[in-house]
Amino acid sequence: MSILGIIRIALKSLMRNKTRTFLTMLGIIIGVAAVITMLAIGQGAKKIVEEQVNSMGTNVIVVSVNFSQSGSNVRQAAGSGNLLEVEDVDAIRDQIDGVLYASPVYTTFGQLKYEGNNWRTGVMGVDADYFYIRDMKTSSGELFHASDVENGAKVCLIGKTVADNLFGDVDPVDKIIRIRNIPFTVKGVLAAKGQNVMGNDQDDTVIAPYTTTYARLLGHRWRNMMVLVSAESKDAIQLVQQDILDLLQSRHRGTTSEEFAVRTQTDLADTANSVSNTLTILLASIAGISLLVGGIGIMNIMLVSVTERIKEIGIRMAVGAGKRDVLLQFIIEAVAISILGGILGILLGFGAAKIVGDIMKWSIAVTPWSVILSVGFSMAIGIFFGWYPASKAANLNLIDALRYE
Amino acid sequence: MPNKRRLKICRQDRVWDVDSDMPELDKNRLLYTEHLTKTYTMGDIQVHALRGVDVTINTGEFIAIMGASGSGKTTFMNLLGCLDKPSSGAYFLDEIAVHGMSDAELTVIRNQKIGYVFQSFYLLPRTTALENVELPLLYCKKCSLHERHEKAMHALGTVGIAERAKHFPNQLSGGQQQRVAIARAIVNDPVFILADEPTGNLDTRTSIEVMAVFQALHKQGKTIVLVTHENDIAQYADRLISFRDGRIISDKANPAPRSATEDLKLLPKLDEED
Repeated sequence: MSILGIIRIALKSLMRNKTRTFLTMLGIIIGVAAVITMLAIGQGAKKIVEEQVNSMGTNVIVVSVNFSQSGSNVRQAAGSGNLLEVEDVDAIRDQIDGVLYASPVYTTFGQLKYEGNNWRTGVMGVDADYFYIRDMKTSSGELFHASDVENGAKVCLIGKTVADNLFGDVDPVDKIIRIRNIPFTVKGVLAAKGQNVMGNDQDDTVIAPYTTTYARLLGHRWRNMMVLVSAESKDAIQLVQQDILDLLQSRHRGTTSEEFAVRTQTDLADTANSVSNTLTILLASIAGISLLVGGIGIMNIMLVSVTERIKEIGIRMAVGAGKRDVLLQFIIEAVAISILGGILGILLGFGAAKIVGDIMKWSIAVTPWSVILSVGFSMAIGIFFGWYPASKAANLNLIDALRYE
Repeated sequence: MPNKRRLKICRQDRVWDVDSDMPELDKNRLLYTEHLTKTYTMGDIQVHALRGVDVTINTGEFIAIMGASGSGKTTFMNLLGCLDKPSSGAYFLDEIAVHGMSDAELTVIRNQKIGYVFQSFYLLPRTTALENVELPLLYCKKCSLHERHEKAMHALGTVGIAERAKHFPNQLSGGQQQRVAIARAIVNDPVFILADEPTGNLDTRTSIEVMAVFQALHKQGKTIVLVTHENDIAQYADRLISFRDGRIISDKANPAPRSATEDLKLLPKLDEED
């Protein structure tokens, strides 16, 4: 008998028990939907991490001081020289091949005031190079220039969140705000960047020249500094990373390489990716277990169905159904349940992924790969869990099957 | 697949052809058995259900096989219908040695050569009469959907129940269900029809109606083997074979078979079942 004919028989007998067929399918539907949704969430998280890392700028290297190392170091003392200085930044920029830009980054907090409005946020002191490294643009007004940095001009750029909170509907450009009571002229509003990987608002920020920040806000007192470097190409990153480490060690006597942290964008991306990958695997394996349970449900129902239909099997065999025909019929029934369940599960998964995406405001992506995986998996489940009941049916003794009551 | 099976059957044919001791080939001979035995092992006890049966059945005969329960008639029927394999002895159907065949080959024989009618009808539930009749055609060599419908409708027409084609078994009376089962038995045009107590679950009137269907088929030239323990029913056949303790104790022609249509006329008119 042709496969097509057996498929017709199998589908017909499934149609005869619509409720049972649907309930059996439910296990697979939920399992597949869970796998699809979980993988979509995982992929969505990964995508966001990637976007965030890319939004940092291109070929960025972050140089900072490793506190945990220097803290346990007996040589640690005030001004012992293992802290980054502005001269280090110049040295990195001028002495290392492959460095395009380098900028010091001071960070501090300050209370901002404009007329009656108040806002507390972080203030970054940077060089004009910073804008190239981070690929920053303004949505209104303009960026400050290198001359502003040299002159220690009291100018600043504000993020969208700050603009909204301090100014509301007023155009902030050329207005004067007070940071810790020191007047700064707003030169521009930065283009919105949204949340970063950690969920922090990147638009809740104020950027000022590092000279001004150091002199006015930090009051010439020592504060820790970070250096942001951009390499000229992706290939150069590793070399530049090593050169920076060597340079800093030679500039600061008696320090070890562990005292400086020179991290690249790739390092950050890798860390973030490994976290989201672990999460995805965890979620998917939980979903996979529910798919397995669904498969066992199919086997259970198929076994019941075989017992219930022993007589039917006997009749079919008496009128000319071979072992192969009976085996195929029951396997196809199981596979049809799992494939149909798989398809419904995919649709449900798409829906669930979309809802989760809307709630979390993530760009959730259902990959074709996860669809293929779950359809393949559910088909395999159908064959695997359908085989045992089917072979039980096919190996029934004809006389016993006919006489079975 | 069927081609492969048929090839094997041909080989069996040749084996038999070589055997020159075989009696003259009778044009009319449909099947014959030689010292057919069947022994069941139940625990330590050997049950000899059949102790050597020799019988020849010709094309066009209407045979009733009788016997009390335990006489071996059911076992014989199972062997005759290729539902079971003999312990020893030979069985030739259509000059094909059936006794040594594999399960897969027997499946083809059952499908192509034999039509079954069972005591409790054995129709598939929640399946229309038409689909039930189509069942043997589903498992035979390629047969188009249209052809299947046509053959099945024709078979239903032959047993006079074509207008019930779309009904489910539970919407049919016992007599109608048995007619559907007979239609299923004849749809593939088998060489003989094997009926196992076809009237066992039916009342007298319906029994006679069913026997009328069998007699009509017999008139059309079909070979029918009827297994029954009711003497009344056996009287409609034209040859009677009796079994006792696994052996044939009598095999005689029925000189004056009763006519079911005549008997129906004699019965008082009851409420029409349909």
